[in-house]
Amino acid sequence: MTKRLRAAIIGPGNIGTDLLIKALRSKYIEPIWMVGIEESAGIQRATELGLKVSTSGIDGLLPYLQEDDIRIVFDATSAYVHKIHMEKLQDKNILMIDLTPAALGPFCVPPVNLDDLLSQQMPNNVNMVTCGGQATIPIVAAVSRVQAVEYGEIVATVASKSVGPGTRENIDEFTRTTSKAIETVGGAAQGKAIIVINPAEPPLIMRDTIHCVTRDSPDQTAIIESVAGMIREVQKYVPGYTLRHGPVFDNNTVSIYMEVEGLGDFLPKYSGNLDIMTAAALRTAEMFAETKLSADSARVV
Amino acid sequence: MTTFKKKITLHDMCLRDGMHPKQHKITLDEMIDIATALENAGVPIIEVTHGDGLGGASVQYGFPAHSDEEYLTGVIESLTTTRVSALLLPGIGTLDHLKMAAGCGIGTIRVATHCTEADVSKQHIDMAANMGLDTVGFLMMAHLLTPKELLVQAKLMESYGANCIYCTDSAGYMLPKDVGDLVRLLREELKPETELGFHGHHNMAMGVANSLAAVEAGANRIDGSAAGLGAGAGNTPLEVFAAVLDRMGIDHGVDIFKLMDVAEDHVVPIMDEPIRVDRDSLTLGYAGVYSSFLLFAKRAAKKYGVSSQDILLEMARRKAIGGQEDMIEEVAMELRLSGA
Repeated sequence: MTKRLRAAIIGPGNIGTDLLIKALRSKYIEPIWMVGIEESAGIQRATELGLKVSTSGIDGLLPYLQEDDIRIVFDATSAYVHKIHMEKLQDKNILMIDLTPAALGPFCVPPVNLDDLLSQQMPNNVNMVTCGGQATIPIVAAVSRVQAVEYGEIVATVASKSVGPGTRENIDEFTRTTSKAIETVGGAAQGKAIIVINPAEPPLIMRDTIHCVTRDSPDQTAIIESVAGMIREVQKYVPGYTLRHGPVFDNNTVSIYMEVEGLGDFLPKYSGNLDIMTAAALRTAEMFAETKLSADSARVV
Repeated sequence: MTTFKKKITLHDMCLRDGMHPKQHKITLDEMIDIATALENAGVPIIEVTHGDGLGGASVQYGFPAHSDEEYLTGVIESLTTTRVSALLLPGIGTLDHLKMAAGCGIGTIRVATHCTEADVSKQHIDMAANMGLDTVGFLMMAHLLTPKELLVQAKLMESYGANCIYCTDSAGYMLPKDVGDLVRLLREELKPETELGFHGHHNMAMGVANSLAAVEAGANRIDGSAAGLGAGAGNTPLEVFAAVLDRMGIDHGVDIFKLMDVAEDHVVPIMDEPIRVDRDSLTLGYAGVYSSFLLFAKRAAKKYGVSSQDILLEMARRKAIGGQEDMIEEVAMELRLSGA
């Protein structure tokens, strides 16, 4: 096997475990460490999957960073703890991929702005926005790369069972962060995000509606083509990212209706909202690794 | 009537729930006119702004004629005794909206969640209670839960700081016995100082009967709407309910003849269509569908050449909840494709 970049995951909960299972399949990333704060089912599972584990938080990992050549750290904990992790890792030549709402680093939505991030001086911390952001901002960007979008609005409907206590306690963070990223990454002049949590049984698969209001009359052919191209890009890492309807054009409003089914690695398939986060985080790591590894091999040659 | 010594607080909805049938386009002048007329009739609390509450302005739900801030400021400045409330649905509205509304001078905030999802309201209820606002936890689509299940959610909101809990029949599905059973258990199990309220929709023509059942079971706040102006077949017609309370000798503090005049002379004239139990709104109540889906279903039916009743029944089958207006367009497109 070719050389892979070595990684640690902080947070052995549902998200961290799903990410681990995905990363174990990766051609570019080799997960080495799982970091928790106590013995837990997640730590147990990581041990069984052959990872080194820390049950004393990031301090248990720090002494091994160099020895194990850890280059990427995924943080699947909370915004508050992420700040502490970042302080401890920032001068260690590590790329931190932040799945929390902390947003210390720039937002990263892989098919939209990861190439840009990689082509510049890659920051040492990128933030994965929100689940709703990963599912919708590519579509906003697909419209805004065709023509100016005055207003981008997204409605994410997710199964109750897929929304954890952290998100519930601070649901405003979802609304605020997603709205901001619709503007800064999606390219809409103004952004708005709405989340609906539905308790239906069996749980519904994540659905996302994206409304873009274009400044001038929409170029329908170009938008249809651009959206289709973007969907193919996202499907590279989330195969269940599916167009249900649209684009529907109503004057200057363009509406696109998506469904996001997860791979069902560790989390159930209906929770496409969680799957798209872990898949986007891994995609970010892989594209970073690809760039790094090809640069390294070029240097060797 | 010894059982009804307490006073019932009537809360008018026509300038908030009534925004649904008006597609959120009630003008500020109309709002001020109706608000001052309601105050003159002695209505103690009225709710204003977008039908979907603070921050509801969107493609998804419709854009209002004015901003939340313009409505709140305009109405509050025109009133002296009547208190103004605002509705906030976490996931749509945020703490920033709450701060803005408090700054405009609202006296009551109602934090609304789907009946199973009370835990998303913690930060909003907590902040509102700390601001000293009359803070209401508003459990929507309450017909979906048993009394015991609803109690769990009500207790969460109470623990976050809500001083009043509402049982909200968003679909107009409930029958008087359902309402009585829910409210009675809440009354037995919540703190004695926690007030209880009921918000009805008239889709099965049960608005008044359900509100009475709520009062008999221990609720002391009742929502209604002058002339019934509200989503679906409207809310409990407030002037009718007030007249019923009068006949029963229950104190509510509103002048019923003045309230009848508000309904007739101020509210009915701004209606785009008569608010009544038609085929579609009856279907909402019968199948348990969120009332504000009504106009969206009618519009989508027209656009895609399918039946609005079929759309609503399909929304029920898919277990759609409040806020999922985007699914209506999808259902209509799918019905057309399937040739229904």
